[in-house]
Amino acid sequence: MNPEGYLVLSAILFAIGVAGFLLRRNAIIAFMSIELMLNATNLAFVAFANYHGNLDGLIAAFFVMVVAAAEVVVGLAIIVAVYRARRSASVDDANLMKF
Amino acid sequence: MQLLESVSALSGSGAMAWLLIAIPLASAAFLLLAGKLTDPWGHLLATLAPIVSFVLGLLLFVQLLGSPEDARHIDVSVYEWIATGAWSIEFGLLVDPLSILFVLLITGVGSLIHVYSIGYMAHDDRRRRFFAYLNLFIAAMLTLVLANNYLVLFLGWEGVGLASFLLISFWAHKPSAAAAGNKAFIVNRVGDLGLSMAIFTMLAMFGSVNFADVNAGAESLDPVWATIIGMLLLLGACGKSAQVPLQSWLLDAMEGPTPVSALIHAATMVTAGVYLVVRSNAIYAQTEVATTAVAIVGTVTLLAGAWIGSSKDDIKKVLAGSTMSQIGYMMLAAGLGPAGASFAIFHLLTHGFFKANMFLGAGSVMHGMNDDVNMRHYGALAKSMRITFYTFAMGYLAIIGFPFTSGFYSKDHIIEAAFHENTIIGVLALLGAGVTAYYMTRLMMMTFFGAKRWEKDVHPHESPLVMTVPLIVLAVLSIVAGLFMNGWIQGWLEDSTGQHPHETGLFTFTPVGLITLAVVAVGVTIGWLLHRRDIPVDAPATANPLVLAGRNDLYGDAFNEYAVVRPAKGLSAGLAWLDRGTVDGAAMGSASLATGLGAWLRKGQNGYVRSYGLILGVGVIVLAGVVILGQLG
Repeated sequence: MNPEGYLVLSAILFAIGVAGFLLRRNAIIAFMSIELMLNATNLAFVAFANYHGNLDGLIAAFFVMVVAAAEVVVGLAIIVAVYRARRSASVDDANLMKF
Repeated sequence: MQLLESVSALSGSGAMAWLLIAIPLASAAFLLLAGKLTDPWGHLLATLAPIVSFVLGLLLFVQLLGSPEDARHIDVSVYEWIATGAWSIEFGLLVDPLSILFVLLITGVGSLIHVYSIGYMAHDDRRRRFFAYLNLFIAAMLTLVLANNYLVLFLGWEGVGLASFLLISFWAHKPSAAAAGNKAFIVNRVGDLGLSMAIFTMLAMFGSVNFADVNAGAESLDPVWATIIGMLLLLGACGKSAQVPLQSWLLDAMEGPTPVSALIHAATMVTAGVYLVVRSNAIYAQTEVATTAVAIVGTVTLLAGAWIGSSKDDIKKVLAGSTMSQIGYMMLAAGLGPAGASFAIFHLLTHGFFKANMFLGAGSVMHGMNDDVNMRHYGALAKSMRITFYTFAMGYLAIIGFPFTSGFYSKDHIIEAAFHENTIIGVLALLGAGVTAYYMTRLMMMTFFGAKRWEKDVHPHESPLVMTVPLIVLAVLSIVAGLFMNGWIQGWLEDSTGQHPHETGLFTFTPVGLITLAVVAVGVTIGWLLHRRDIPVDAPATANPLVLAGRNDLYGDAFNEYAVVRPAKGLSAGLAWLDRGTVDGAAMGSASLATGLGAWLRKGQNGYVRSYGLILGVGVIVLAGVVILGQLG
């Protein structure tokens, strides 16, 4: 099959994720944008695996899903903790780590 | 001979020569370390030390006298001092006819001056310290003359410089004394630079600084290098012996207590330069240029010193100018080659006696005059200080060269040798003898004769016996030393100076000798005529350039100020500026560059996650672009 359509979709999804991460202030939305980027890469992995007819891409996709799940656990916990402390989920409010 | 053999056995072939140095050194260290506990008796211990050294020196002298001529050489190796690479420099002592004469002069005159100082410094709170320094000086001076190589000589050379500094500025509560000490020290550094460079050159040329090795190697030395070493040694000698152009410190050095002036700045230390030149005669034998330079320096100094001596009112400064002048004679003699070397030493010894005598006499006068040094406040002291007067008169006769006194023999030989070598130098030396007679007569007239010009509340009195006995001993030596040594010293020093003695009769008058006597008589007459009338209490203002120059030490200080001090200050200011500009600039510049860069870079650390993300994204795009373009290319 021709992976071109999948790759274009993957690129569009990734670009949306990047734009969402860079433009939105809400930490949850930023987080969702990251997930979107991860899934865009997953889509590319799976498409290539199918195209080449081997399992390498699939295995990589599984790894990404596991890492993403772990990341969600830690990341959401941090966001909740920050929200409790500062009453805000804006990433621009949490800017203490600077010079 | 029985006596001589037992003496030889006692002194153990000179192995105890190091004791000569060790005894005064130990005494100095003890007095300085033990502190106030030794105040009541420290000066007695200190006086004993040079006397013991003198006795030991006398034993060695008798032993040398008893040995055959070619065996008058005792080399004592104390220990190996520096061993590195191909060089091995040992702390060795050499007792030979030349050094033993110095040992006797230093310890003999030194002992007398120690005794004298007991009286002179009786009322000084820091008398113990003074004696400790005197002992330190004796030890250092003995190291200087007993060394068997130039490096140990240099050790003593620096030691006497230190002792001289400590003693000139002994009354450091007087700013003038403190400044005089510094001046002596700093001017001597210039000379020391010359000596140390000479030692380096010798190490490079001969691989050794032993007198024996240097003398042996000198014959095959390249004349250019011989000249360089000779000139450097002369520079060293000029510094220590206050010869032109490094003469300016000696007049200021009179700020020290008078026994110091007598011991260090008349009899012993300032003659070290002459010793150095005579000791290095093998080098000078190879270089006409350096030898001539020595003679010229000596001639210039003997006239300059006499000039200064003629115009000063300060009795000690007159004597200091006279010392410069007499050492000029010695330098001149040393610069006449082998012919003059033993005359230089002869004059050095007799000068040591009569100048120490006169300095101590001046100290005795000052003692009776409430430490006033201005001769215009003296006058008619012959009656109130009879012993001082008579002893001083002996020194006076000796220095002007009155027939059959010691100065008559030693100085006439130099003048004759000078005429023999070069008529111009001979005439100048003769002129110096006349001026010497003039200023010494002036000193005698102003101090001991004429009307009383004493300040109020001054009651001149004779000094105590402890001060007058050394005066008497030195006065006797001033008169008779020449008679004793005249026929003997040339033969005695033949080995050390490389000179074959030629006859100098005791009671013969050569034409040059007669002319000298006539010139001296003229000098005495002028001095008497000018100063037999009343002498103004204040120095009369004068426009006479000769007198003005003399009163200002021939503008030696002004010369130093403009020729050395100012350029050195300018140079150091320039260097400091350069240092701040380049070295500091480079160091501080790189530091501020790093600081600025850091301050600029940390602006990127703004804490906004999204801006980090943007940078990351841009970075990825740039990298991807590079990779893709690389693939295409």
